[in-house]
Amino acid sequence: MATVLLADSTWVLFVNICLNGLTTGFLYALIALGYTMVYGIVELINFAHGDLFMLGCFFAWSLVSAAAVATGSTGALLLLLAILLLTPLFCAAINWSVDRVIYRPRRSAPKLNLLVSAIGVSFIFMNIGQLWGGAQDLDFPRLVEDRNLLPADSGLQFSLIDAIVISVTVPTMIGLAIFVKLTPLGKAMRAVAQNPMAAQLMGINTNRVISATFLIGGALAGVGSVVYVLKIPTINWAMGFQNGLYAFTSAVLGGIGNIPGAVLGAILIGMVYSLGSWYDARWATTLVFLILIVILVFRPAGILGTHTREKV
Amino acid sequence: MIGRIGPWVHGSVLLLLLTGFACNKAPQNTPTASDDGGAKISLKGTGNDSSTSNNSPAGTEDGTVAPIPPKPAKFEGPTAKSGKIKIVSSLPRTGSAKGQTDTIVNGIKLALEEVNYKVGDFTIEYEDLDDATAQAGQWDAQRETSNAQRAVQDLDVMVYIGTYNSGAAKIAMPILNRADLLMISPANTTPSLTKPNTGDKDEPARYRPTGRVNYFRVVPTDDVQGPVAAWWAKKMKVKSVYILDDGEAYGKGIADLFKSECEDERVRIKVLGQETIDVRAQEFRALMLKIKKENPDLVYFGGTTQTKAGQLAKDMKSVGLDCPFMVPDGCYEKAFIESAGADVLNGRCYVTFGGLPPSELVKQGGKSKAFVEAYERKFGKMPDEAYAVYGYECALVALEAIRRAGEKNRQAITYAAHTIRNFQGALGTWSFDANGDTTLRVMSGSVVRDGQFQFETLLSIPPKR
Repeated sequence: MATVLLADSTWVLFVNICLNGLTTGFLYALIALGYTMVYGIVELINFAHGDLFMLGCFFAWSLVSAAAVATGSTGALLLLLAILLLTPLFCAAINWSVDRVIYRPRRSAPKLNLLVSAIGVSFIFMNIGQLWGGAQDLDFPRLVEDRNLLPADSGLQFSLIDAIVISVTVPTMIGLAIFVKLTPLGKAMRAVAQNPMAAQLMGINTNRVISATFLIGGALAGVGSVVYVLKIPTINWAMGFQNGLYAFTSAVLGGIGNIPGAVLGAILIGMVYSLGSWYDARWATTLVFLILIVILVFRPAGILGTHTREKV
Repeated sequence: MIGRIGPWVHGSVLLLLLTGFACNKAPQNTPTASDDGGAKISLKGTGNDSSTSNNSPAGTEDGTVAPIPPKPAKFEGPTAKSGKIKIVSSLPRTGSAKGQTDTIVNGIKLALEEVNYKVGDFTIEYEDLDDATAQAGQWDAQRETSNAQRAVQDLDVMVYIGTYNSGAAKIAMPILNRADLLMISPANTTPSLTKPNTGDKDEPARYRPTGRVNYFRVVPTDDVQGPVAAWWAKKMKVKSVYILDDGEAYGKGIADLFKSECEDERVRIKVLGQETIDVRAQEFRALMLKIKKENPDLVYFGGTTQTKAGQLAKDMKSVGLDCPFMVPDGCYEKAFIESAGADVLNGRCYVTFGGLPPSELVKQGGKSKAFVEAYERKFGKMPDEAYAVYGYECALVALEAIRRAGEKNRQAITYAAHTIRNFQGALGTWSFDANGDTTLRVMSGSVVRDGQFQFETLLSIPPKR
């Protein structure tokens, strides 16, 4: 009996850790999509993307703080919907402006110039973050009560917040997939990704398509920051680097430029990280990157990278 | 496409491995070559004072006073009987420790103003150096090195108040030691900085390349704090504990001491596990799920606000791990409560701290009370961060050493600090022992309630029979 119980509780822990890894993976996925879309279109690894996500978190934090001052604590759900709408708009606007002002004039320059500009933008964002929220960790106010949805006696942990994370993330990703597959703009994106010159000759306004990509990528980072602060309510100016690195790794793991690949890579990394923490918290990061190296050795283009020639 | 992303993948992997490596190595890192240090060490720093002679260092009697070392025949280096003397402090003035260091600097300024920036015929000047960078968010080895070198090269500098972090002290100590520059720390609590047999074999010798002691501290060390926390847990009827640490000199050191006291036959708290966290991780839910399965009565974290104490507390709560959370004085600051959120910590977070909170200082009367009142008058609020009084005490010691030396000579002033016994400061009456440590052993325990640290109890370790 005792051994059965032991096996049982280990199994419960395993399931809990996998559930935790899954939600963490979805958080990375939203950021990874922004990386992968921009790379697919302009072949730029937008290093500022993680920091854009960080600015989104700060924006949401400011909105919530302002609302708390204005209204007290009522209407948390309404507030959640409001930041879920406004933060993506904010991030999309920033991403679009950065492309318009910094990347577009360098469109025909060597790719390395763009990359260095992106690193510069990343530093600018980090400094803005520091001015905005100071140098220390900030606690993000809880908008949703972190209630466990599964019966307590099962020992399983799946909270309301986990449910929100998944119910925001999954439709967003399905919506994106449908958008890219079926709409005219989505078709234009795929065309530009395949061959910008040919797309332009076919009468596609490539600059407009690229702008749209930055808008969408930014909005995804915005959605990502809202679900992130629900799940992990600590924000600081440096959070973009680490999360961006994981998201970028997810994109590479799945095959950069490939939308389902980014999601798959992110979930894989979330899982590996969570399981790695189970083994030893200190080695979890190392394990993630070890697996990345192994997979890239056997599948240099990433898990789904060779399945399609299209990069969006 | 692959050819283009390849270097970036490699680059980021390499970067990550490098940062991981640097982080793991940092606590042991000393920039000076210490291989020749061991042979030259005189006995001065390793005298057989009571704190080094037994396994329970906290058992030291408060009453015993180490003999004053003999005065050297001659002090080397330039000297003067009047003029300008500079006191510098090197503290993390950027990042999340800023709240703490603001009050330390206030304490220093208060002490200097009380003597009108004058000692005998000397005029005192004070300079507030920063050893942190905004990028790191905490102290930085390069900044600390350059601060120490700058102090050594400026011949007017006679006293170096600092550091805040024990890791930073390990870097500054050998540099200042070669110049016999008096260093007084308001906050370093790692025992191995001064006490033999508490760390690596060549500690503390490697911090004293000249073999002479120039480093003093006014705070009780972790070999008191770690064990005292175990006794407090015992008093709370804790039967099992899970220990976490941040892998740094301070955090891992205190967690190890806590652990060994738990395993002591007089305490007997079952240690379910000890683990070093990844301080760059954003969340620790998987770890907390694992700990929850062990079902401990207490989670102890050897670490600071800067090494994710707040996030650990949050993740404990989010996975439904409801046991109390105990942390050392590295978290005894407002920034910790702010980063974790007051609700998360309310009534369940226990903090140990060397010394007394302002409310208790007032009750002590005398210089302690006078300090709190003077501070409140000058800065318009209570010195409610833990280390304010230690900053003040450091400056008092600096002034006393300058007064006793009576000359502007680094060796003379450092020697003068050695002669300080039964000193009456804001912390009470205490002495320096031969290692440069305070004889003070007062510890207090606080609980977080309503977003404040509330003094709960005085802590001590029962003497061994």
